[in-house]
Amino acid sequence: MAQSSIMPGFRPAISFTIVYLSLVVLIPLSTLVFQSFQLSWDDYVHIITNKRVLSSFRVSFSTALIAALVASFFGFIVAWVLVRYSFFGKRFFHALIDFPFALPTAVAGIVLATIFQPSGFLGKLLIDSFGVQVAFKPLGIVMALIFISIPFVVRTVEPVLLEFESSMEEAASSLGATRLQVFGKIIFPNVFPALLTGFALAFARGVGEYGSVIFIAGNLPYVSEIVPLLIVTKLEQFDIEGATAIALTMLVISFLLLLLINALQYWVRKRSGQL
Amino acid sequence: MNAITQPVNPAKLVERQPLALQDADWVRWSLIAIAVSFISLFICLPLGLVIFKALSKGIEAYGAALSEPDALAAIRLTLLTAMVTVPLNTVFGVAAAWAITRFEFKGKSLLTTLIDLPFSVSPVISGLIFVLVFGAEGWVGDWLIARDIKIIFAVPGIILATLFITFPFVARQLIPLMQEMGNQEEEAALSLGASGWKTFWAVTLPNIKWALLYGVLLCNARAMGEFGAVSVVSGHIRGLTNTLPLHVEVNYNEYNIVGAFAGASILAGLAVVTLILKTVLEWQQANR
Repeated sequence: MAQSSIMPGFRPAISFTIVYLSLVVLIPLSTLVFQSFQLSWDDYVHIITNKRVLSSFRVSFSTALIAALVASFFGFIVAWVLVRYSFFGKRFFHALIDFPFALPTAVAGIVLATIFQPSGFLGKLLIDSFGVQVAFKPLGIVMALIFISIPFVVRTVEPVLLEFESSMEEAASSLGATRLQVFGKIIFPNVFPALLTGFALAFARGVGEYGSVIFIAGNLPYVSEIVPLLIVTKLEQFDIEGATAIALTMLVISFLLLLLINALQYWVRKRSGQL
Repeated sequence: MNAITQPVNPAKLVERQPLALQDADWVRWSLIAIAVSFISLFICLPLGLVIFKALSKGIEAYGAALSEPDALAAIRLTLLTAMVTVPLNTVFGVAAAWAITRFEFKGKSLLTTLIDLPFSVSPVISGLIFVLVFGAEGWVGDWLIARDIKIIFAVPGIILATLFITFPFVARQLIPLMQEMGNQEEEAALSLGASGWKTFWAVTLPNIKWALLYGVLLCNARAMGEFGAVSVVSGHIRGLTNTLPLHVEVNYNEYNIVGAFAGASILAGLAVVTLILKTVLEWQQANR
């Protein structure tokens, strides 16, 4: 069809797209793969199974998982409230949801560290009343990642709740279902795929996040050191091999997550009848 | 990622539910209370704190923090980076959207997936790959050293890493919109004898201008605010390779709180402007 169309400009547009994509993205990214070919399998395993490296993977994945779960729970409530209820200041809150997405991560990092540090506004409150220290602990990483995750969850759930046909709800309640039954059996199952997509997006972003985390984390090896920071540390020690091996592992995991997200979105579209 | 950057029609948010589908008052008010406190805690509080901290030592200290030479150099470098990367990625976004939405060809969905790649790469890895290519031990490292060309720990490296990070933003905004629009209008213009360029400027561009503007805006916000990738390739040389986010980091680590938050307030202001323009864009689309 490209040949028979009367539309002009296919050749220049596609050539520029492919050349530019190769120069800026594909060639630089492929060096990571080629660089790691210089490592033998044993070297690779040796680097990855190092205790500090394994700890950083554990810290990154567990904090991203908890943060994505918390953000999914509250994000769902926020999306629900924004779509279904009207209250004073709703438009303002609606506009604010994207703030974590627009705010540079370094700014988010120093702001959250200032709020949650032991002498900070919330940090002091939490220590005085519950004896819980947030900053410079894994809990601080979770807080930063919740902040980052909010728009991912709210913005994937919101459109699905908006498009949701109320006729199904009406049918259920006219047949005598309670509000809770309608929610549990009609609404939630329909929104769940979108919620899962939002959760996966938040989780994938959280695992790779750097700027907003390092200021609040304390960055203690084995305890609160995240994978991206370990890559930077290896680079600063001119340990290119170590940095490459860890980065490649992260990259492969991210791509698997990306595949999963795409499959989820396909499932969501199919269920909502768009395919 | 797509879902996040797609504008939601705000007018649709205020539809009235039939009486039978309304939740009990106590449910409604407790959910609103939970949502509002959550957003206040995690979003309003950080936003307020940036402004409060930046002005904590008075407006003069704020002005002084922003007019010292290192801060000015950081602002200049940030503007330069955005001025190079945003136009390049905008031209790319339009070209890619044109090719993908106006023609059928093999490998189209692969191409669309590849364009999204930078979104799923950790910022630190985005910086690392440029070190692997251009660094002292990188692929072309010896060649560059022999010719005394500096890319890593210099401005070109910062620009390249930013190009990579902000690569998908414009294309991601345009592709779904142009897909939905179809190409009947352009075909009509072409069959009436308009040239390709004329069709683009007079038919396509007016239709996509708001989405294009929003894509440019997001691209610019990220180009000015990127931290992880830039921090890996920059080398943190004061006055030379520190962008504004790196300047914020350096000042914060040296306990220069006013300096850090003065820089941060500019970046937060940029984020707020982006949000306001986004809201305006949503209204524009809702009123159409």
